[in-house]
Amino acid sequence: MKIAVIGGGIVGTLIARLLSFYEADVTLIEKENDVGWGVTKANSGIIHAGYDDEPGTLRASLVVPGNEAYTQLQKDLDFPFMRVGSHVLAFNESDLKTLEELYKRGEKNGIKGMKILDREEVLSMIPKVNPDVKASLYAPSAGIVIPWRVALSASDNFVMNGGKLALGERVVDIEVSGGRVRKVITDKNEYEADVVINASGLFADEIAKMAGAESVPIHPRKGEYILLDTQEYTNYVLFPTPSHGSKGMLVVPTLSENTLIGPNAVDLPPDKKGDVSTTESGLKEVHEGAKKLIPSIKLNKVLRTFAGLRPESPQRDFFIKESEKVWGFINVAAIRSPGLTAAPAIAEYVVEELLQQRLKINLQKKREYIKSIKSIQKVSRLSIEDWAELVRKDERYGNIICVCNRVTEGEIVEAVKRGARTLDSVKFRTGAMCGPCQAARCAMKIAKIISREAGIPIEEILLNADGSNIAVGKVRP
Amino acid sequence: MKRVEVVVVGAGAAGMAAAKGAAENGAHVLLLDNENWVGGILQQCIHNGFGVHRYKEELTGPEFAERLKKEIPSDVEVMTGSFVHKIFPEEKKLIVISRRGIEEIHYESMVFATGAREKTFQSLLIPGTRPVGIYTAGQAQRMINIDGYLPGKRALVLGSGDVGLIMARRMHLEGMEVIGVVERLPYPGGLRRNVKQCLEDFDIPLYLSHTVVRVEGFPRLEKVIVAKVDGKFSPIPGTEKELKVDTLVVSVGLVPVKKLLAKFVDVESGILVSNSGQTSVDSIFAAGNVTTIFDLVDYVANEGEKAGKNAALYAKGKFEGKRIPVKKGEGVKVLHPKWYDPSDPLSVYLRVSRPMERAVVRIGKYEIEAEDLTPAEMVHVEIEPPCEDEIVVSVTEV
Repeated sequence: MKIAVIGGGIVGTLIARLLSFYEADVTLIEKENDVGWGVTKANSGIIHAGYDDEPGTLRASLVVPGNEAYTQLQKDLDFPFMRVGSHVLAFNESDLKTLEELYKRGEKNGIKGMKILDREEVLSMIPKVNPDVKASLYAPSAGIVIPWRVALSASDNFVMNGGKLALGERVVDIEVSGGRVRKVITDKNEYEADVVINASGLFADEIAKMAGAESVPIHPRKGEYILLDTQEYTNYVLFPTPSHGSKGMLVVPTLSENTLIGPNAVDLPPDKKGDVSTTESGLKEVHEGAKKLIPSIKLNKVLRTFAGLRPESPQRDFFIKESEKVWGFINVAAIRSPGLTAAPAIAEYVVEELLQQRLKINLQKKREYIKSIKSIQKVSRLSIEDWAELVRKDERYGNIICVCNRVTEGEIVEAVKRGARTLDSVKFRTGAMCGPCQAARCAMKIAKIISREAGIPIEEILLNADGSNIAVGKVRP
Repeated sequence: MKRVEVVVVGAGAAGMAAAKGAAENGAHVLLLDNENWVGGILQQCIHNGFGVHRYKEELTGPEFAERLKKEIPSDVEVMTGSFVHKIFPEEKKLIVISRRGIEEIHYESMVFATGAREKTFQSLLIPGTRPVGIYTAGQAQRMINIDGYLPGKRALVLGSGDVGLIMARRMHLEGMEVIGVVERLPYPGGLRRNVKQCLEDFDIPLYLSHTVVRVEGFPRLEKVIVAKVDGKFSPIPGTEKELKVDTLVVSVGLVPVKKLLAKFVDVESGILVSNSGQTSVDSIFAAGNVTTIFDLVDYVANEGEKAGKNAALYAKGKFEGKRIPVKKGEGVKVLHPKWYDPSDPLSVYLRVSRPMERAVVRIGKYEIEAEDLTPAEMVHVEIEPPCEDEIVVSVTEV
C-alpha cells in the first residue's frame, strides 16, 4: 500500500505519523523547506476547550476528543503544551446570554470543568482585566501549545518509522486512471500512490482539482498578531465574547514567556494565499482589540509582528471525506479554527474511519514501531547539576549561541542532525533567534554551525524559502 | 567553585577598563565575556575615531581595544567564551556557563558591564512582509567586518545614529550601492563628524524627517516605502516614495542589556549608578552602555575604570558609597549618573532634549555656558560640588 500525504502542516504530519505505525509505504510531501511553515506556523497556538462549535458538526465531534488527545500526544511527542485554562469575558447583558449558550453547548460537546465566574472571581484570577467585566466562562481544559513543535515532532517520529519526507517539493499534478489515484507528481519527483491524502491547507481546493475530485472553495482569512516580550498581563487565555462567528481578538500567554495579542480577521481573495504581510490598520485593530480585555496593554515591548492565514470555506465545517469520484483520494480540507485542537482527532478519524472503515483498506500495524520520541533538550531549563553533567559529556552544551534565549551550540547541532538546513528550521526546533534581539546577534553564528555540520557554504544558507540566502557573497571574493 | 574579589561581567571597553581599575587598586580580578575574545563590539568597529579623549589620538576600534588590553595588569584572570547565567546578589555569587563546564564564582564586589544591544526593526511595528535582507547596523557590521560576507547589493539605512552612518560608508566602500539614510528627526542622530565623513564625503543622501512606512518582498526584500513625517513623527499622506533595495540596515537606537540584574537593582532605561559606578546594591557596580548609552567609547572606558577602582575598594572594605540624588531639570533628555557620591568628582553626562545654539548648563549651583548642543552629542562636565540634598541639572537656551 503506497500512501502520499500532501501537506506537512500539523494535520498532514499527524496523519503521516499515525500511518507510519502501519505496514504501508508513506511519503509526506511539503512544498516548503520544512514542515509546519504554513497555517501551522502563524496562529494563536491555543488548544480550545470546544464550546464554540455547534453540536452535530464534524468540528464539534473532533474538537473535544482532539483537546483530550493532547495530554497523551505531549507525552509521546515531547512538545511544549500546558493547560493554562481560558476565559471568555462578558461585558454586557447580551454577552452574558452568549456565555450561557456557550456553556450549554460546551456541556453538549462533553467539556468537563467549565464554570461561569462572577466579576469578583474574574478580577481575582486576572487582576489586570478590564474592570468593566461582568463575568467569564472559565474552561480549565483549554491550553497553549507551540504548534510547529507538534508538527516537527510528528514528522521526526514519522521519519524514524521509515516514512519518507519530501521537503521543498510542490505538487504539480495528480495522475488518475480507471477511477483511482495512481501518482503524485511534484516539481522534482513522481510518487506512485494508491491513496492520496490531501492535507494541503490553503491549497486543498487546488490539489483536489488536480485529481478531479470533489473540493470546497478555500480562501485565506488573514489574522495579524503582535508578540510582546512580557507575560505581565495574564496567565490565562482571554477571549472576548464571540460575535458573528468570530472569536475576536485574544490575549494569550505563550510558552516562550511572551504575550500574543490578535488576531484580526480579514478575508482575502483566493489568489492571495501567500499574503502574510501585516498592515498598519490591522496592527492598530489588534492593539485596540486587546485593550478591550486588558486596558493596560502597551506596545513598548514588541518582539515582532506577524500575520497568518486561515483556510476558510463557505461551508464552515471541516471537509474531511473520501472522494466519491476518485477512489483513494481523501480530502482533509477547510481545517479552520479549531483545527489545531482537532488535529490529533482528525488524524485518527482519517486513518481509522476513512481509510479502514470506508475505503476498507486493511492496514496492519507494524510489529515494531516508535511511538514516542524526545525533542531537542532545552538545556537552559535543566538543573545546574544536569546541565553541568551534559557539558562534561559534550562541551558544545556549554557554548551559548543565542544569548537572549540561552540556546547552546549542542542544541543547534542536534537540530541540524534532525534535518534543519535553514535558519528558521533551527529557530523553530530550538527557540533560538526569537528573543529580544531577533537574531541580530546569533543568526550568523547559527549559519556557521549549519554550514560546518551540513557542509553547505554560508552563501547558500537560507533564512527560510528558496531565494532567502542570508548573504549574497563574500566581501572580497 | 572559584573565589575572587572583583568579578567583571563583560569585557568590552567598560569591562576591560574596570578590570584595569580594580586590579591597579590591588584586587584579585576575574574578567568574563561571552564572546571568544575581549574588546566587545570594538572589534567589529574597524573605522577610526576612537580614543581622541582618552589617548589623545585617533584609533580604530580594534586598536583601542588592544591599547586598553595592554593596560590590564597581567594578574587579571580572563575567561572568554563564558556566559553568566544567573546572579545571586545576596550570596554574592554567579553561575558561569562555558565549554569548560559550569562554575560558581563567589565575589566580594561585581562590575556589571554588559553593554547594549540594538533596537530591532521588528519592534518598530512597521507593517509589511518579513523578508531576508533587514539587518541591524551592528549585525551588518559584524557580518561584513568579521565574517566577511555581504548582506546584499543595494541598501537603504534607517536611522542616522552613528552605527547607521558608519555602515552607510562601510557598505559603500565594499561595493554596495547605498541609496540613502532615512532619519525621522529633523536633525541627524549621530555625531556631526560622522555625517560629514560617512555621508557627505561619499554623496550619500540623508533624508531628514522621513521614515520607513512599509516593506515589501518575500522571501527577499524588494522595496522599502518611505514617507515624510510631521512633528509627531506621523507619516504625511501623499509623500510616500518607493525605493527598490534588497537590504535595509536599521540603526534606531541601543538598549542596555540589563535583564540579568534588572530585578535586583534600581533601573530606568539602564542600570542606575552613582558617579562612583555603584548601583542601588552596595556590592554591585555598573559601567558603560548598560548604564546609559554613551556617544564616545572614551567616556565608557573612563567610567569603567572608575567603577573598577571603587569595586576594588569596596571589596577591601574601604569604600562607603553615598547616593545624593542628581535630578533632571528642563532641557535635559538623558542624564547620568543618578546619584552623586562625593568620594569621586561628579562626572555629569547629559543629552539635551532638542538642538540649542547657545545655552547655559546648570549643575546645582554651577553654571557653564555651552554652544551648539544637539541630542546626538553628549555634554560632559566634571565638577566637585559640595554635598547637598540633591543636585538639579538643567539646560536653558539663551
